Amino acid sequence: MEIVYVYVKKRSEFGKQCNFSDHQAELNIDIAPNPELAEQFVERNPVDTGIQCSVSMSEHEANTERFEMETRGVNHVEGGWPKDVNPLELEQTIRFRKKVEKDENYINAIMQLGSIMEHCIKQNNAIDIYEEYFNDEEAVEVTEEAPSAKTINVFRDPQEIKRAATHLSWHPDGNRKLAVAYSCLDFQRAPVGMSNDSYIWDLENPNKPELALKPSSPLVTLEYNPKDSHVLLGGCYNGQIACWDTRKGSLVADLSTIEFSHRDPVYGTIWLQSKTGTECFSASTDGQVMWWDIRKISEPTEVVIMDITRKEQLENALGAISLEFESTLPTKFMVGTEQGIIISCNRKAKIVCTFSGHHGPIYALQRNPFYPKNFLTVGDWTARIWSEDSRESSIMWTKYHMAYLTDAAWSPVRPAVFFTTKMDGTLDIWDFVFKQCDPALSLKVCDEALFCLRVQDNGCLIACGSQLGMTTLLEVSSGLSTLQRNERNIASSMFERETRREKILEARHREMRLKEKGKAEGRDEEQRDEGLATDLEALVSKAEEEFFDIIFAELKKQEADAIKPKPMPDLFCTSGQRKKRHHLSGSLPLGSTDKMPKYERAKQQHGREKKQRQQPSSEEVQVAQEGEEATGERVGDEEEEDLA
Amino acid sequence: MNKWTNTGQGPGLLISSVPGPTATGLGEPQAEVEETLKRIQSHKGVIGTMVVNAEGIPIRTTLDNSTTVQYAGLLHQLTMKARSTVRDIDPQNDLTFLRIRSKKHEIMVAPDKEYLLIVIQNPCE
Repeated sequence: MEIVYVYVKKRSEFGKQCNFSDHQAELNIDIAPNPELAEQFVERNPVDTGIQCSVSMSEHEANTERFEMETRGVNHVEGGWPKDVNPLELEQTIRFRKKVEKDENYINAIMQLGSIMEHCIKQNNAIDIYEEYFNDEEAVEVTEEAPSAKTINVFRDPQEIKRAATHLSWHPDGNRKLAVAYSCLDFQRAPVGMSNDSYIWDLENPNKPELALKPSSPLVTLEYNPKDSHVLLGGCYNGQIACWDTRKGSLVADLSTIEFSHRDPVYGTIWLQSKTGTECFSASTDGQVMWWDIRKISEPTEVVIMDITRKEQLENALGAISLEFESTLPTKFMVGTEQGIIISCNRKAKIVCTFSGHHGPIYALQRNPFYPKNFLTVGDWTARIWSEDSRESSIMWTKYHMAYLTDAAWSPVRPAVFFTTKMDGTLDIWDFVFKQCDPALSLKVCDEALFCLRVQDNGCLIACGSQLGMTTLLEVSSGLSTLQRNERNIASSMFERETRREKILEARHREMRLKEKGKAEGRDEEQRDEGLATDLEALVSKAEEEFFDIIFAELKKQEADAIKPKPMPDLFCTSGQRKKRHHLSGSLPLGSTDKMPKYERAKQQHGREKKQRQQPSSEEVQVAQEGEEATGERVGDEEEEDLA
Repeated sequence: MNKWTNTGQGPGLLISSVPGPTATGLGEPQAEVEETLKRIQSHKGVIGTMVVNAEGIPIRTTLDNSTTVQYAGLLHQLTMKARSTVRDIDPQNDLTFLRIRSKKHEIMVAPDKEYLLIVIQNPCE
């Protein structure tokens, strides 16, 4: 840019006062327009400009012409009258009528019509043709359809090293979420690098779990707090109790101190009904049941030792493997032990009574939601229903299955329906008002073993967890999840009947035993003891022989049955027959596959193992075994006889 | 003076039990007609009876006039329609009886060449 004019002022004159004087305008600068510059520009046509523009409107009022409307009715007056008769005049109409009545046609017509009409009237009076016959019976939805269940969803463990799904818990509000605990229950056989995480799944999204819970040791059990749906309680494999708040994230919110926790995996954790909603209790195979308050989870508030001799000796304690608590009976709880005994206790930490009858650890224990006096247990190869009144034995039991039963649950809507899962991956749905010897429905859910089962509160959805961490969600048909007519009465009468039967049998038993005692007292005491000691070995081996013989006979029969279909014998006894109770020398360890081997293979195996007792690898079972040897004598004595 | 005294026995309280004219020969059948209609009316559940002629004029009725007129007009048309329907389907057929069962009662119409006998009955429930 060229400097055209320079405005100069002496420095000494800066800040000098202005001398205003009047003088002529001076042209300082005159820049003429340079038309050449215009060539640098292009005329723009059209030019877009925005202007606010609207139609000018004015307000007018107008009044339309009114026109009147009228509503008129037309009254039809009787017509048909001949012209000479004015229908309004009574006299004329009467006269007309009388004339008609005298008409011969009229008379004949009326006579004829009259007789027809009378016939119909009498008909109407005789029978009401539109009578409602079954008025008081409401439309019964006769579910003719066979019970069925279908898989809705499958939640797979996202980890590469698969762990078993050992426990499931439904979210308490709305049941839209499922918390699954994963761990490997094989004793010390957990693969290296196995993750400790357990997951909360949202039912809508089976691809990815909603939240991962990260404990320091894998979780064996996991339960939602029924009062506060954000809080979860987990029992760890190393015996600690951990507590999570889902709002705080996936790390443990609270953890119990190792010194005061259990010494074995925690197999049962249940929340208690309390005003604060923070109390819970847990059970483990170390023989202790501990009460905790999660606000101060470092120490248990109370410890009870499951010693049925009531001496509070930890050495004698039975390992607890399942725990039961019903909020409607807040002072009582039940513990299922590894030794096959169910211990019923009350809150004041006293052992009330025991129920024995199972041969193996009791993996599931639950009271019937409608009739809390009756409870369902699963252990060894059967599922049994017990009544609190009958202590010596269960009142109802299923037949011995081919695979070990791992878990069972009652249906929350139907008192007579319960579900069981087996080691061969099948889910059985039992309905004992419909069929007692077999499950109403048996479904093969997966190829590997099923470990746990949980029914949703509406009775329709069932979640079951398998050995490879696969949780399957099934929906049951409406026939199995809606209360049938009279079902409550039938179920309760069945329970009562069976309880009564058991009581009668117990009484007879006692009588017989008393009689035998009386006889035995006559003989020499010492001689009897000696004889028993030497006979023990022979007795046990004889019992084993008989047991295996029965098994092989059964297998043989099943193979023969497989060729030609024949109904299985009714082994669900409701008459007075009892089977001889045989005692295996060691309960089977957890997690091993106990599929019954084939007929031949079994025989070979039996021959091999006949001399050496099967030594299980888990310590706990060792202890149990020793305990059983001691009690073996007692069992040998009490051989029940067949009661005809 | 002759006073007419009432000797107590008046001209006789003769109550004639036979109503209506008895002299004419048509009396008896007419009495039968009366009897028939009375009998029909006295059946259990019968609310009303009426006889309507071919033009829809009610000849004989036990209900009030407005109801009768309504019934007569409507049922007459319906009967004609029913009869024509029956004859359309089979010309040799003819309408013998028409029963309309409604929630409240049953209307029975016995048609004839010239007259209609209409009975409204409440079937016993």
